[in-house]
Amino acid sequence: MVRVILRRLIQLVVTLIALTTLVFFWLRSLPGGPVDALLGERATPQTRELLTRALGYDQPIWTQYGRFVKNVVTGNFGNSIRTGEPVMDVISRSFPATIELAIAAIIIAIGLGIPLGYIAARYRGRLLDNATIIVTLIGISIPIFFLGYLLKDLLTQNIHIFPPSGRITTGMDNTDVTGFFVLDGLLTREFDASADALWHLVLPALTLATIPLAIIIRITRASVLDVLDEDYIRTADAKGLRNTTIRKRHVLRNALLPVVTTIGLQTGALLAGAVLTEKVYNWGGLGTLITDSISGGRDYPVLQALILLAAAVFIVVNLLVDLSYAVIDPRVRVQ
Amino acid sequence: MSGTGGLATLADHKRRRIEELTARTSEAGGVSLIRDAGRRLLRNPTAMVGAIIILLFLIIAIFAPLVAPHDPVQRFPELTKDLTVDTIPGATAGHPLGSDPLGRDFASRMIYGARQTLFVGVLATFIGLLFGVVLGAIAGAVGGWLDVLIMRLTDVMLALPSLLLAITLVALASRSTQWTVIIAVAVVNVPIFARLLRGSMLAQRESDHVLAARALGVRRRDIVLRHMLPNSLTAVIVQATLTFAVAILDAAALSFLGLGDPDINRAEWGLMLGVDGVRYFEVRPELAYLPALAIIFVALGFTLLGESMREALDPKNRR
Amino acid sequence: MRASRMQAKRLRTVIAAGVIAALAIGAAGCADSDRDSGGDEGKAATGGTFIFAGAGDPKNFDPIFNDDGESFRPIRQMYDTLIEHKPGTAELQGGLAESWSNDPTGKIWTFKLRQGVKFHDGSALDATAVCANFDRWYNMKGEAAQSQMIYYADVFGGFAGSPDAVYDNCKAQDANTAVVTMKKYKGAFPGAFALTAFSIASPTAMKQYDADKVTQNGDSFAYSAFANEHPTGTGAFTYGGWNKATGEITLNKNPDYWGDKAKVDKMIIKIIKDENTRKQELRAGTVQAIDFPAPADRKALAGEGYKVLDRPAFNILYLGINQKNPKLKDLRVRQAIAYALNRAQLVQTKGPGGATVADEFMPNTVLGYAADVQKYDYNLEKAKQLLSEAGATGLTLNFYYPTEVSRPYMPNPQEIFTVLANDLQAAGIKVNGVPRPWNGGFKDDVQQFGKQDLHILGWTGDYNDPGNFVGTFFGREKAEFGDKDMTEMFTAIGKADATVDMAAKKTAWEQVNRDLATKWLPAVPLWHAPPALVTTKNVEGLVPSPLTNEEFNTVTLTK
Repeated sequence: MVRVILRRLIQLVVTLIALTTLVFFWLRSLPGGPVDALLGERATPQTRELLTRALGYDQPIWTQYGRFVKNVVTGNFGNSIRTGEPVMDVISRSFPATIELAIAAIIIAIGLGIPLGYIAARYRGRLLDNATIIVTLIGISIPIFFLGYLLKDLLTQNIHIFPPSGRITTGMDNTDVTGFFVLDGLLTREFDASADALWHLVLPALTLATIPLAIIIRITRASVLDVLDEDYIRTADAKGLRNTTIRKRHVLRNALLPVVTTIGLQTGALLAGAVLTEKVYNWGGLGTLITDSISGGRDYPVLQALILLAAAVFIVVNLLVDLSYAVIDPRVRVQ
Repeated sequence: MSGTGGLATLADHKRRRIEELTARTSEAGGVSLIRDAGRRLLRNPTAMVGAIIILLFLIIAIFAPLVAPHDPVQRFPELTKDLTVDTIPGATAGHPLGSDPLGRDFASRMIYGARQTLFVGVLATFIGLLFGVVLGAIAGAVGGWLDVLIMRLTDVMLALPSLLLAITLVALASRSTQWTVIIAVAVVNVPIFARLLRGSMLAQRESDHVLAARALGVRRRDIVLRHMLPNSLTAVIVQATLTFAVAILDAAALSFLGLGDPDINRAEWGLMLGVDGVRYFEVRPELAYLPALAIIFVALGFTLLGESMREALDPKNRR
Repeated sequence: MRASRMQAKRLRTVIAAGVIAALAIGAAGCADSDRDSGGDEGKAATGGTFIFAGAGDPKNFDPIFNDDGESFRPIRQMYDTLIEHKPGTAELQGGLAESWSNDPTGKIWTFKLRQGVKFHDGSALDATAVCANFDRWYNMKGEAAQSQMIYYADVFGGFAGSPDAVYDNCKAQDANTAVVTMKKYKGAFPGAFALTAFSIASPTAMKQYDADKVTQNGDSFAYSAFANEHPTGTGAFTYGGWNKATGEITLNKNPDYWGDKAKVDKMIIKIIKDENTRKQELRAGTVQAIDFPAPADRKALAGEGYKVLDRPAFNILYLGINQKNPKLKDLRVRQAIAYALNRAQLVQTKGPGGATVADEFMPNTVLGYAADVQKYDYNLEKAKQLLSEAGATGLTLNFYYPTEVSRPYMPNPQEIFTVLANDLQAAGIKVNGVPRPWNGGFKDDVQQFGKQDLHILGWTGDYNDPGNFVGTFFGREKAEFGDKDMTEMFTAIGKADATVDMAAKKTAWEQVNRDLATKWLPAVPLWHAPPALVTTKNVEGLVPSPLTNEEFNTVTLTK
């Protein structure tokens, strides 16, 4: 067991070193780069030269690489080119925003998806069922940024119900504790701020929820249908148990198992959706950070850190999962 | 990173769906299943709706020069005459859908859009399929450390949400062209096809007809090429149909993020929606609505047909 | 087996959730709460809070280390310059200096300072403080810091020890008279003294908060506490914090301001990068003014009763021609390109409201604009004829254009390129479009390596001086235009720039502009496009500035 962990840890280190090296040399081979991003139209050739020297780009590539590795090892990913802020600060600030949005989207997707899927299955083949299926199909076929635009245009411009963008009303004097604005408002008893943040959350969460919602509806429906087909339900039916009892005791409970699993599986897809949703609603989370660090900004330090962090977290999670397999299933341990 | 916690699980999810598909389509193998499935598809209205949409799309795409009233990149004086940055002329004689933001015939651009969209979708799907199938076939046929290596690689790729992977690829390419978009969208599909093919081939390794061939002394290369590969292809075709829908949606999303094809002369629906459609939404909403509807319809068509094919090939439904 | 697989999968989900939660807690621990201070002032409002939507993040708040409009917007409110621009114009008036004068050689500048002006930290603005600023700039140590003083390097030529340095010394003649001596005359002065980058900061605060400390970290720089948390100037607003999580910069009214005190109690600059979202927030009433509306939205917003304020155009968009290509060295080919472009139609179809066709490389409000330069009106026949005379039929040109960028003079480069390319094709020039990301290779390829045959680029003026336009573009050899043989042009511009006498200077620049159009034609001027501001009906007193440096102390909110 210990040997397995050790081997995997070595693997982790090797992978990270390889990736770090790759990212470093790759980004340096690109045209433009930090010197370009730091200078506007007004820089003279002398300034350009000065900057190249100041950033150490005139030194041999191996010296540069050594410095870079030293920084990364000490957890220093450099500063954002745009604001000069440490990259880790930028990332940790954007993080709660995306999580807040993702959680809200998941709540919507579950809250609507399970009942709708269940109803569709109960009325299988009827109008309601067919309508639900068509809506879910459209849900996964519509570009979600466009859906976001439509919702935003309709509900913030034509009818002023929701705020068009951002996480909280500008000038709202909220206290920042955890970075989760809804939670912060509750913690500090600034309930108005909490409500305001929640209000800002509705449209983006609804937009982001479309795809998971469609998937949850379909899986719930399929899984309820499977269970309805099982022998024990037929038995219960034959026994003359009341319909509601069957539904409560047997169908839903058994059908929910695969649904619950699927919900956990949607997390990654949510992050991809968040990139688009956050751009539509000017939501200052990781999605915005990714797009901003690429298009327009070319903020390579931020981009570099995001890639490495993603890889590191991925590898660690995989390791934990594999280890947990070993704990649960003795057969793996033997291997 | 937020999603990374879920990355492993997403990969897992994708992998499971692929396994399901593989299991369904390769278990029974053989011509009878396909013939059977074909018959069931023809009787399935959902599949037919999907097929009709796709057929219509293909006809418009292929015969675009015959269908379209004008050249899609030409600027017309009668349209530019009244064009300003905040007014875009609507329908006039000879231009049924009016102008686009540059004084070009919008109807023709919509029609040629089918062609470019088909081009991007087909290439992205095909490149993904090609590399995926080759990798998967090698992994499935050779096995050993090569198999482990390829599967590890696909694990990593599956772990990243597809759009994020595409965005990262465009960023690493440093500049976007139509090809970087196609390749970024294609790469996302490589691991899916690779897993699909490997699973299907492993399933067949123990099947009767392969065992029989081996007993007869047929060379391994011939077994793989003549017996195993063709049988795996049904699953691949189903997946390719579903992939097409995702490919054109991803291409549109990249355009919206400003990382799509930079050449706005090209009439491609995703580009038209993600750039002009969004920018001129209030001036002329049709510039967004029409490409969006076109994308939704085509994506829907491919999803309907793909899902129906998947269902039809499922041995469970053969009772 | 099945059960354990299912369990494992659920566990996997739980672990993922756990990792997310752990990261979230870690992140929360790092998150700043810079909202603690300055929250109460706004509440007992008499003048209210003015919320302005800007288009991007500022870099920091130390004027000398900045060179872009989004950083200058808050800086302008917190600091003052020795000389200012009259609101709504590019003309000069007294700022921190009530008056200024120069000796006949144009090297010695004497500033009579306003009396009783105090920095936000309570220290006095006097001649010593002014000289401390000039000396700080000149003596700045370290390549990191120097490389970020982009305006200083451009205007003052260099730093202590550099042979090109223009600055010599600054002396406090008495408490209210500062005398700045230059090594040579430069046409940029006195206009350059009004540049926001040369705002006067409190020497006490700069010392206390280590203003000169710019440290390199990885591929970028970290700035001092002065630049980030304690910007201290003399301006009408004081710094109230930058909440990066919400993208809000708070500025509070300076009750001791020497000039017109701010009418509002507080102002918030809200950063909204997407132009569409800025407009929607304006409509939702959550912001009272927005910068750079999308050109397509101007008409609609005006129709809904919003005030669309056009800044007088003080910029230029041009089509650059690279003479590294031997075919383009032929003046006739360059003229053919100019004739082939239907610029009137470009302005009509794609120009932001109020845009005009440009005939010269500077707007007509700048000294030395000649009314009688040769104009290249659209003439396809002439273009074709010139091309065949020059033996350049069937010419193929690489046309570089930027992507991922929007500039006030160039709201949508892809559309502009497409229109221009279309025109050139019509004249028989084959165009090979090369899109390059603005920060991902365009500036490098075009300005440093000169890879292009044609490109589009432009400029927004900093002060009213022809040297700031024409001199910047064509005053010296540049890879951008491949113009190393055009020594006659460099000499003429150098001479005009060095002329001290105003009348002679005007004549010299007028001749330069005429020759640029007829003899040299290193590029084709396309348009001047006024960038706009939009405000709600109840915003009064906001004067749009051609130099995009509005001051918000005059703004009032009516009900």
